[in-house]
Amino acid sequence: MTESAHSESPEQAAYRAHCKAWLAGNLPPRPSFRLPLGPLEIATEEQLEYLCAWQKAAYSAGLVGCDYPGEYGGGGLRDCQRIANHELKAAGAPFFPNIVGLGMAAPTIVHHGTEAQKRRLLPPLLAAEEIWCQGFSEPGAGSDLANVQTFAERDGEGWRVRGHKVWTTLAHFATWMILLCRTDRGRKYEGMTYFVAPVRAGVGKGLTIRPLVKMTGELGFNEVLFDDYPIGDDLRLDEVGRGWQVAMTTLLHERGAGSLVTPSSGGGVGDDNAATLGASGLVELAKRCHRAGKPASDDPRLRDAIVEMLIRERAFAQNERRAAVRALTDHPLRLPLQHKLTLSELLQDTARLACEIEGAAATLHQTDAHAPAAGRWPHAYMNSYGFTIAAGSNEVQRNILGERVLGLAKSK
Amino acid sequence: MTRPHDFGFDETAQILKDTARRLLQDHCSPEQLHRLVAASSEPARASECVWDEALWRKMLDLGWTAVAVPEALGGFGMGLVAIAGLVEEVGRAAAPSPLIATLCATYVAAACDSDAARQLLRRIAAGLSVSLAITDRRGSWEAGDCDVTASDAGVLNGTAWFVQDARKVGVLLVKARSSRGVGLYAVDVDAAGVTIVPDAIVDLTRDQAHVELRDVAVPAERVIVSPGDGARALAAAEPAILTILAADMVGAAEWQLQTTAEYARTRVQFERPIGFFQAVKHPLVDMMVKIDAARSLLYDAACAFDHEPGAAEVGARMAKSAASDAASYCSGRSVQLHGGIGFTWECFVHLWFKRQKHNEVLFGDAAHQRARLADRLLGRIGETA
Ligand SMILES: Cc1cc2nc3c(=O)[nH]c(=O)nc-3n(C[C@H](O)[C@H](O)[C@H](O)COP(=O)(O)OP(=O)(O)OC[C@H]3O[C@@H](n4cnc5c(N)ncnc54)[C@H](O)[C@@H]3O)c2cc1C
Repeated sequence: MTESAHSESPEQAAYRAHCKAWLAGNLPPRPSFRLPLGPLEIATEEQLEYLCAWQKAAYSAGLVGCDYPGEYGGGGLRDCQRIANHELKAAGAPFFPNIVGLGMAAPTIVHHGTEAQKRRLLPPLLAAEEIWCQGFSEPGAGSDLANVQTFAERDGEGWRVRGHKVWTTLAHFATWMILLCRTDRGRKYEGMTYFVAPVRAGVGKGLTIRPLVKMTGELGFNEVLFDDYPIGDDLRLDEVGRGWQVAMTTLLHERGAGSLVTPSSGGGVGDDNAATLGASGLVELAKRCHRAGKPASDDPRLRDAIVEMLIRERAFAQNERRAAVRALTDHPLRLPLQHKLTLSELLQDTARLACEIEGAAATLHQTDAHAPAAGRWPHAYMNSYGFTIAAGSNEVQRNILGERVLGLAKSK
Repeated sequence: MTRPHDFGFDETAQILKDTARRLLQDHCSPEQLHRLVAASSEPARASECVWDEALWRKMLDLGWTAVAVPEALGGFGMGLVAIAGLVEEVGRAAAPSPLIATLCATYVAAACDSDAARQLLRRIAAGLSVSLAITDRRGSWEAGDCDVTASDAGVLNGTAWFVQDARKVGVLLVKARSSRGVGLYAVDVDAAGVTIVPDAIVDLTRDQAHVELRDVAVPAERVIVSPGDGARALAAAEPAILTILAADMVGAAEWQLQTTAEYARTRVQFERPIGFFQAVKHPLVDMMVKIDAARSLLYDAACAFDHEPGAAEVGARMAKSAASDAASYCSGRSVQLHGGIGFTWECFVHLWFKRQKHNEVLFGDAAHQRARLADRLLGRIGETA
């Protein structure tokens, strides 16, 4: 099935052709080691290096950040990133590792940064030369993010930070962190300020990173402790006291509802990655697995459940398509704000169903030689809870949708 | 063939949809609809056929029966994407009219390559309303399932069941079996030997009947498809029929969502609007999520029908499945979240609830569509070695 360039401008059509042509000859070779499921699970230097080299190559070819202004390292185009994303996905390209940078830090810097900050920070971000992480959550501030207590205190020209961030994905590889701090204990929403903080350079100088182990046994997120950690005032984003507004820009983009389309790519090279974890993977799986001596694909209840997942997968893609057609959308945030909710539940329910299809074999860990589909599904099922919790839990997403789109009373 | 990224929903489609929204807001508001179809709560009234014929004439003046007819036959030749937009508005208003029946019949006639079909389409474009009489007593519309027979001379005998809006239309498109296979025949509702027997149905916004045919002689120029070719024509039109029904459900579900959300914004309990409570808020969001999935699949299906016929059946079954599920969920929640008032005859929500329940099963419920999709996408049971 193809989707035509019907409503595309000549610039967009030329850009699509460029993407296709470049991707046809420049996908990286499959690595000798196992790639992680997604950027949140990058655990080793060799995984990181491979993925950063790929993002850099795609960036150099103009497929990353093409809608950003040229002076900030972008391609200076308009409304083309989604075309690159579509072609990258169609080509089965590996994902980009700098997910926090591309999806959250970059748009926030564009909207709130100074000219100097944009020129300094954006080009190496787009090129994956500098990895970013997000220091928002704290032990006492999760869903209730505005409760952050990490405190930045004036210290001459600059600031000193004390506090405790948690669940900080990619901190162990990061050059930079977007950091939400309290600067006024007397006011909740107006008492926060937003910084970009050096991470790697600060280790041992007031900044400590402690890895946390996920329920899958994998590494990926961390605790970050600040102990009178110095930060220059030139690294403050927007005004003192405007941290919450800046954080809202970040969150809107994190949830796929921001004004700038995040560069994104396919699941990866080979068969041990997210690309093969779509609902279409269920069909082949059901033909290979057995239930009561017959192919699982003959079981009427499983057939119904598999087709339901295929329908939901298609609906998700068609929501994305419809979101770009103004005449067929009502509230402008209605579809964008559903993105994270529907995608994470699609992944979770797909993986749960896959485990059901596997039957007894779903007990096998991915290190077991007999595990079907290389043990990806039980692993993906566990991992899916990261998506339904992170970036604002799905319960909180439902609050936001109910309040912002349906106008229901705020639950705070 | 390629599919336009914007589904092909163009300015004409937009104008048609906007016009429909306005006309139905003015002439078929929930208050007007309730006064019209729910004036009496007598159980015996269930087999009445109440509709606003003046509104139907306005629809005809706007050319709504002509929208799907090819230009060469006096119609506007608009794509199914535009029709979907129109029908969404009809569903939103839960408007009683023979429009949906006529649109479904239009796609069947358009799939028949005969002078009789072209003649029928010209008459539809000029305002004739038509309904399909293709379902048997057990509720099956599969080509071979048919309780009407045709003699070689074209004389029909038997009964067609579950005929939609039978008492609002002028002509029935009757499926009949003969020694040479299944054919389709255009029969005037007042032709000799035709008896329309109303069904008592739950839905107040349409009527349904079974149609008895006793020695009904159909002249050759009214044979829309000769015996043997009917199955192909019906199969070709089925994706459009499923898409039209999905559009009605998506529009109706959006009414259910907006009406229930409005109630949750204004009804106060425990000193707060009830929408504050997550046991109310979250199901409302889930209604929205299900509607949006169905709506996106709806336009995808319509676009496939217009531009990539090979993909039309899968698209349409997906849309009908998602829309039936959304209709079911939204119907249940719309009553529940209104509380006691939602359970009364006086409250408007039951009108949409009943229309949705009817829509859900027409031409196969969600599970039926998924079973058919499974045959295509997973292979039939027993096929995997
Ligand atoms: C894989 C992963 C990666 C992450 N990466 C990062 C990162 O890089 N940087 C970062 O800053 N954070 C990160 N997070 C943290 C994430 O944003 C928080 O976990 C999330 O916001 C939930 O906060 P919490 O864990 O404190 O749970 P809590 O807020 O304590 O929530 C516990 C439960 O209560 C529910 N709940 C809470 N409040 C409400 C409410 N008002 N209504 C209904 N239900 C409610 C929640 O939905 C949840 O089910 C990550 C989390 C995960 C799982």
